[in-house]
Amino acid sequence: MTPDDEREFLRRRKARNLVVAGALLFFVILFYAITMVRIGGQG
Amino acid sequence: MPTEWRDFFTLTKPRVMTLVIFTAICGVLAAPGSIHPVIGFTAILAIAMGAGGSAVLNMWWEADIDAGMKRTMNRPLPGGRMRREDARDFGFFLSGVSIALMGLAVGWLAAALLLGAIIYYAVIYTMWLKPRTPQNIVIGGGAGAFPPLIGWVAVTGEVTAMPLLLFAIIFFWTPPHFWALALFVQSDYAKVGIPMLPVVAGEKATRRQIMLYTLLLAPIAIAPWYIGGTGWIYGSVAVVLSVLFVVLAMPVFTRTRAETDAMTPEKTLFKFSIAYLFVLFAALVADRLAAYQGWIA
Repeated sequence: MTPDDEREFLRRRKARNLVVAGALLFFVILFYAITMVRIGGQG
Repeated sequence: MPTEWRDFFTLTKPRVMTLVIFTAICGVLAAPGSIHPVIGFTAILAIAMGAGGSAVLNMWWEADIDAGMKRTMNRPLPGGRMRREDARDFGFFLSGVSIALMGLAVGWLAAALLLGAIIYYAVIYTMWLKPRTPQNIVIGGGAGAFPPLIGWVAVTGEVTAMPLLLFAIIFFWTPPHFWALALFVQSDYAKVGIPMLPVVAGEKATRRQIMLYTLLLAPIAIAPWYIGGTGWIYGSVAVVLSVLFVVLAMPVFTRTRAETDAMTPEKTLFKFSIAYLFVLFAALVADRLAAYQGWIA
């Protein structure tokens, strides 16, 4: 793997990890909100 | 080299998903009754994820076909930017999560319908009927017709005549919409052996079928108003749009392709059909909101 390839490899991996982290954070917040609505009996 | 996250996103057919999300939102907003905004948002998200998951499974299954068509040869799988197994796993994951999310947060009837929609598109349409019958688009239209039905059921918890009519509108809208497109891109489908109607039955039969489904669509689009499910706002918009649809389908039905043909009537009908569905469903929501405000009966 050339240095350029390695840089590209790391860039892609980092971008994917950030997207996965963002999705996980989003779902944590969503499930919290759903739980609050359900517990409150408003759903 | 790891696959770009954008390629995973591309697999979900984001352009198709805009229509899915739009019609699902319309189903949620037009349904009688109320839903908590968080639950309503979750229902739409689950529908979008389910549509995305089935689109990924469609691309996974059709990677070889996509490689043979100019329009699709640069997609992530035929373009060689992603492993097939990754696409398959991503498709199953998205589909599974969407059904679980819908069932747990919204309701299991809506989740069952979502499961049905995914199986319908990914298995019945993509794997079974698309490569076998020239009526594939009619059958495929059923998959695209699910979102407003599921959105409606997410609010009401029951399947009644109105959501079934919304389903029927998209079901009968799909053939003239897609066959108009297939008339001017037919060489691509012929190349990969997909039995699109213009390829196997010829242009004349396709033009006849476009007219037939347009004529069937018109009364179905007006029916929600006729049965009293909507007010005059939707009714008048549905009548005007449906008459226009028939008027634009007429030249497509009557003409034959010339030697050097720009296919203008077909392209016009295709573009109009997209606007038709967006405006019709927007009118449905406007009608319901006007009724809530007490502006109309």
